[in-house]
Amino acid sequence: MSSEAIADTVGPHEFLRAQASWRLSEVAFWLAALLPFVLAPDYLILASQIAITALFALSLDLILGFSGIISLGHAAYFGIGAYTAGLLSVWGWGEPLTGLVLAGAAAGLFGYLTSFIIARFRHLALIMITLGIGLLLQEAANDASWLTGGFDGLQGIHTWPILDRYEFDLYGRTAYAYALAVLFLLFLGVRRIIHSPFGLALRGIRENGQRMPAIGAPTRQHIRTVYTIAAAIAGIAGALLSQTTETASLEALGFQRSADVLVMLILGGAGRLYGGFIGAIVYMVARDQFSGLNPQYWYFWIGLLLIAVVMFVPDGILGGLALLQRRVTISRPKDPP
Amino acid sequence: MPPVFGVLFDGIAYGMLLFLMSVGLSVTLGMMNFVNLAHCSFAMLGGYVTVTLMNALGWPFLATLPVAFFAAGAASVVLERAFFRRFYNAGELNQCLLTIGIVFVSIAAAAYLYGTDQQPVRLPSYLQGFIAVAGLDLAIYRLFLIGTAMTITILLVGAVEATRFGAQVRAAVNNQRMARGLGIDVDRLFAITFALGGGLAGLGGALAIAMLGLDPSFALTYLIYVLIVVSVGGLGSIAGSLAAAMLLGVSDMAGKYYVPAVGSVLIYLVMMVMIMWRPTGLFGRR
Amino acid sequence: MSENALSARGVNKSFGSLIVAADVEINLPAGVRYALIGPNGAGKTTLINLMTGMLRPDAGRIFLGPEDITALPPEQRVRRGLVRTFQINSLFPYLTALESVTLAVCERREAARIWWRPLTAYRDEVDEAHAILSGLALAGVCHRRTRELPYGQQRLLEIALALAAKPRVLLLDEPAAGVPRGESQELFAAIAGLSRDITVLFIEHDMDLVFRFASRVIVMVGGRVLVEGTPAEIAADPRVRAVYLGKAHQGLVS
Repeated sequence: MSSEAIADTVGPHEFLRAQASWRLSEVAFWLAALLPFVLAPDYLILASQIAITALFALSLDLILGFSGIISLGHAAYFGIGAYTAGLLSVWGWGEPLTGLVLAGAAAGLFGYLTSFIIARFRHLALIMITLGIGLLLQEAANDASWLTGGFDGLQGIHTWPILDRYEFDLYGRTAYAYALAVLFLLFLGVRRIIHSPFGLALRGIRENGQRMPAIGAPTRQHIRTVYTIAAAIAGIAGALLSQTTETASLEALGFQRSADVLVMLILGGAGRLYGGFIGAIVYMVARDQFSGLNPQYWYFWIGLLLIAVVMFVPDGILGGLALLQRRVTISRPKDPP
Repeated sequence: MPPVFGVLFDGIAYGMLLFLMSVGLSVTLGMMNFVNLAHCSFAMLGGYVTVTLMNALGWPFLATLPVAFFAAGAASVVLERAFFRRFYNAGELNQCLLTIGIVFVSIAAAAYLYGTDQQPVRLPSYLQGFIAVAGLDLAIYRLFLIGTAMTITILLVGAVEATRFGAQVRAAVNNQRMARGLGIDVDRLFAITFALGGGLAGLGGALAIAMLGLDPSFALTYLIYVLIVVSVGGLGSIAGSLAAAMLLGVSDMAGKYYVPAVGSVLIYLVMMVMIMWRPTGLFGRR
Repeated sequence: MSENALSARGVNKSFGSLIVAADVEINLPAGVRYALIGPNGAGKTTLINLMTGMLRPDAGRIFLGPEDITALPPEQRVRRGLVRTFQINSLFPYLTALESVTLAVCERREAARIWWRPLTAYRDEVDEAHAILSGLALAGVCHRRTRELPYGQQRLLEIALALAAKPRVLLLDEPAAGVPRGESQELFAAIAGLSRDITVLFIEHDMDLVFRFASRVIVMVGGRVLVEGTPAEIAADPRVRAVYLGKAHQGLVS
């Protein structure tokens, strides 16, 4: 029987449960995430950076991939998280776990406040507002160099051992374990959100924002909620960065970072939960490999890549794979009854 | 004479440049709803054309301006026909990404061909220096800028209001489906408008070298200002672009002069307040 | 004074010099089936937009039962039972039929705010959505994505979404638009089967359907209500004929 025919005969509850259940590929992915400890112990610092960026991309996926909100300034929340954790450490409190929570809270608060503006706009106005928020924060952080350290960044961050036991080592083992654990936990949370009634409402907003009020949906309220959550997660990712690298600088909230994470998410495939992860892995491994390249030439290739993705695989790598899978399924001869 | 007049004068000159670089994007966005973030790459192209002609071939400055215009216009049309037209219904995100990709490529190309330094340009002697007007020392070049831009504005407005082409443009901006129904070849119209807008951007870029400088990051740096002008002024509106460009130019100059510590923050704040007050822009519809 | 389920009093709306609604007065008693007809551009859809809150009137009031809802945003009106469908399908392309209707049910039950519990825990909502789809013969395709459904079924889904909001007053904007003759009967059978608790106003061009389903017809022209009466009265009214004269060849009048 074709997969469509099977779907038609399955009861609604079973179908929804099957949709939300863990796939083998997901389990494989997370198990594979443990491999760097064994297979690539020299690259654990890079791995921790990838995990942090993946978390950031996941937060963008919540608002872009699942809710359809195009943001060119998402790094604002990442940066707030980074600086909150950094400043806490500079002021004497270097405990990482509480630092994470406080950074997430600070970024979440800023996200909540800005969400009132965000929720009211669409199209170009929305793009400009998100861009404006990011640029504003970037400028303000630059101007407030007494607080942020300006161009040089925060000096004197020192992260205490996690749970008083796990010190950050030079090889990045603790950093990667820490980042991966936080990523996994927050991923579980986001996965839950996606498969909740709220997640369905988000997709409704993405699919047809106009229709939502006509079915009684408080669209702006939904947008404010998801935006706040996404901002908090981005803030936690930023905090992870400053804690593991013991630096916090302006580029954490710059336009470049906002643009990079957007590229990564699109590359991997937005709205598929794992798109940001795939995109982050591919992008950052590539960047590491070509790190000797002049930054301008790097962006030449990224530019070409963007053009190619939009033209040929607008749903990213995961979207392309899904398309291939469907083609293979359809072209496979049907089994005899 | 209080410095406010000097700031105003510089602000208006700057605003005129921004207007030239923005008006094309405003009209094409209003007409086709196509988010072309690569618009400032055409401005940059115009700038580099002028630089090449002057420094490598010894052309006089004024002679390079029409070439910058046509080169940028031609490049616009080629890109539109070859690429952009397939994405008119592709959604804002894809349009943004596609055109950002083009921006990146253009910046890299400029860096490869010309290096990353500021491009020097020597203005002809009759455009250099100052002229005393009512107790103020006004830079001649800025007067020239304002004069040129105003002439172009008058020509533009005249074309849009008084010619058939202009009427068609207005119709297409107002209601594309209706315009098609009336038999207007909207696609051809769009290509021409796109070329004109790109050409003006190129001209703006060429004129901007002496005031704003030119290096490969131009395409991105001034994109932000252009986007502000377009979203504050309203899509599809020439008057809106002019008003917003003036507002932005003067605000930026005033901010940098009076409160340099928080200079750039001012324009972003102004932009956001304006957009929140009028989400479709000062003169936009919908 | 007996209450109307829905009424519009003195509603005016213009865009610059274009008047889309002029002193519109509509009263729908509870449980009726009224039709709203008129030439294209008469302002019928605009009126629905005004009544549902998608447009703000320049003057006038909208009442849902005893309540003045003129100041309420659209989603609040839906919560109070004023629901509409769209002339051109306004659906969720990548959501399945079941997901779409479940979403509407969840929104109604205020469950859509919940982000910490899985959708699979909301069995009642899913069951209700499935029941609505079954009632419209869509249960067999409920796991198909909306964009994969044929047009006629999409039109039915449009109604399913409206029903999920448990309407007291249902405004149908050309429900049979674009649906081939053979399938539109099924659609109207579904509407005919609606409970008498629901008040229905539908915009239609097909006079056959108007005669079959409406107890009363309101005619709008140029933003105004021209006349109101039973289908027979309207068909015989010379003013209505004059309005449609010359439009017969466009198939607007059978």
